[in-house]
Amino acid sequence: MLSALTKILVFPGFLFMSAYGLFLEYLDRKVYARLQHRSGPPWYQPLADFLKLLGKETIIPANANQRMFRILPVISLSAVATAFIYVPVLAKAPSASFEGDLIIVLYLLTIPTVSLFLAGWYSRSVYATIGSVRTLTQMFAYEVPLFMALLAPALIAQTWSVTGMAEFYSQNPLYHLLNIPAFFVALISGQGKLERAPFDLPEAETEIVAGPLVEYSGKLLAIFKMSAVCELVLIASLISAVFLPLMTGNPLLDFLLYLIKTMAVLLFLALLRSAMARLRMDQMIKFCWRILTPIAVVQIIINLVIRGVL
Amino acid sequence: MKPKKGNNRIVIPIGPQHPSLKEPGCFRITLEGEKVVHAEIDIGYNHRGLEKACESRNYIQTLYLIERVCGICSHTHSTAFCQGIEELAGLSIPPRAAYIRVIVSELERLHSHLLWLGVAGHEIGFDTLFMYSWRDREKVLDVLAEVCGNRVNYGINTIGGVRRDLDESMQQNIAKVIAFLEDQLKYYLDLALTDPTLSARLAGIGKLSREDALKYGAVGPVARAAGIMEDIRIIEPYAAYIEVPVKPVTDTRADVLGRTVVRIQEMLESLEIIGYCLKNLPGGELTVKAPRRIPAGEVISRTEAPRGENIHFIRANGTDILDRVRVRAPTEANWHGMKHMLEGEYLADVPITIAAIDPCYSCADRAIVINSERKTEMMDWQGLREYSIDWYKKRGLDLSAVKMPERKIYI
Repeated sequence: MLSALTKILVFPGFLFMSAYGLFLEYLDRKVYARLQHRSGPPWYQPLADFLKLLGKETIIPANANQRMFRILPVISLSAVATAFIYVPVLAKAPSASFEGDLIIVLYLLTIPTVSLFLAGWYSRSVYATIGSVRTLTQMFAYEVPLFMALLAPALIAQTWSVTGMAEFYSQNPLYHLLNIPAFFVALISGQGKLERAPFDLPEAETEIVAGPLVEYSGKLLAIFKMSAVCELVLIASLISAVFLPLMTGNPLLDFLLYLIKTMAVLLFLALLRSAMARLRMDQMIKFCWRILTPIAVVQIIINLVIRGVL
Repeated sequence: MKPKKGNNRIVIPIGPQHPSLKEPGCFRITLEGEKVVHAEIDIGYNHRGLEKACESRNYIQTLYLIERVCGICSHTHSTAFCQGIEELAGLSIPPRAAYIRVIVSELERLHSHLLWLGVAGHEIGFDTLFMYSWRDREKVLDVLAEVCGNRVNYGINTIGGVRRDLDESMQQNIAKVIAFLEDQLKYYLDLALTDPTLSARLAGIGKLSREDALKYGAVGPVARAAGIMEDIRIIEPYAAYIEVPVKPVTDTRADVLGRTVVRIQEMLESLEIIGYCLKNLPGGELTVKAPRRIPAGEVISRTEAPRGENIHFIRANGTDILDRVRVRAPTEANWHGMKHMLEGEYLADVPITIAAIDPCYSCADRAIVINSERKTEMMDWQGLREYSIDWYKKRGLDLSAVKMPERKIYI
């Protein structure tokens, strides 16, 4: 019981996720800054930002829905924390695992987005409302390719468990080469899921100030920010577990590999962020449905055929 | 602001405080979904009473005040003003001074356009371009600081010439910066024409066709991007532009991409001009002696600011105090087409469309207009004072006893 709780709350659960998330945020900001010829923040900057926000006054708009306004950041963070339990950090020892947990993770991944939408909706501000609508519209664009890209490898592995997939591919590493198109689709639509440039339309600063979070401040904003950071860890871990499965069986070595893999994913996401301008909503939807989704569909067809051959 | 019900329309205020605006201005955008159906432009938040302030100072003091009309294109305003005064006084400046004026004016164009490129990048969420172009702009500012002693508001112009000379080492440093910028600018031009996300966000946005540009009286890069060759340096050369060859830069795209390309090509042209000036810099005096009292008369002086045609109307009354100066900053001419450009666009394109004319809000704000329920009224100096006395009276402060300083005229 105690060891299970430790796994969920401390390592490799919530506490590790938050700490690693802050580190990844630092890395992201540093890489982004270096790519732009800036020096970037010191290593403790994300933590300092978080602590500072915690100490600030929380202002809730008079005509916002008080209860929803307070509860939504917590729902968002807890959904991400729950999903992280099923993602393997150490080999063969995720905090929990069962057949079909991939579906649960994907389901839990939509909750932060929906809470962001509701947060904006209940803020009752024009900027927040437009940001909310964009959050939801964008979700319909990237969700389909993201899900299909993550489900395609599962067809070959013949398991719906994240850990099971990681094990299958580390035993048959050559099969992994088949999934390379899906890997890139997942990376790009993952960028959309994380609402980072070029898919940062919901919080497009120069258009709608901060989007759904425009009325948030203090602790509540800190929790939302933390939830976004944890989502970054979750997406990086999920993509590296599904698409970059390299396992040795040695827990320490596997943990090191996990760190390297997630950082590699993050570096790609940071590069994507610095190399492009923000897309417009119609351009993003076109891109997701005309390019990403067909690639994912072809991947699924190929994987189904290969599974029949096997 | 509450969303307006009915017709599925929302009114969203962009400004007066908004991350995309660097100065206060208010754009009330009526949206249907993400489409702009109506745009209302409200400027005038930054009225500073500069023209009025000029009327109680002598010509040299006014020169420094006029330079502060704009924080970015300050040199063009002081050049226009000096030229006007020189014309009234019948002075002709030494050739070296004319060349130095042109060099500073082209360096100013470079830093202004690089600043614009960065702002444009930021407006479309391309912060890397923003950081790159502002890094390059620093080099121009460094060299301007070396030449003039200041990063902006150079104070190099004086009536009858320029105040500082360009020595050998300054010329070499300018040449170094030019060589560095040439590669960078060619890279940016290539980027604007080939980068898919950049052209996706810029092409076809903020259309102002040739006919509309003429109708709304657009100036500068906005007009030149629509194919109208309107460059005061060419059609009415001043200072050393009479001798220096200036190639016209125009484009036919008539959208934000066209304006971007025009601006980058203009920067490349500026490099050529500076290079030519450095090579052919004549020797000699820097100033001619200017009289303290300027003969009575009226003059219109035009210069090509980075943002377009800049017009100064000056009336002198024979004393050492200016009678009237009226500044038509280029932004003022470009505001008129803005509503036309905004309507029918997506909300996402509003910030870049506004930024594409390179607006300089406080340069354009000249009068206070009070919009009440029905009527619109303009306030003059006296009216403004009465209004302020009234305003404070309601809050329990009586300021009517405070005397305004008498306007002194030295004859």
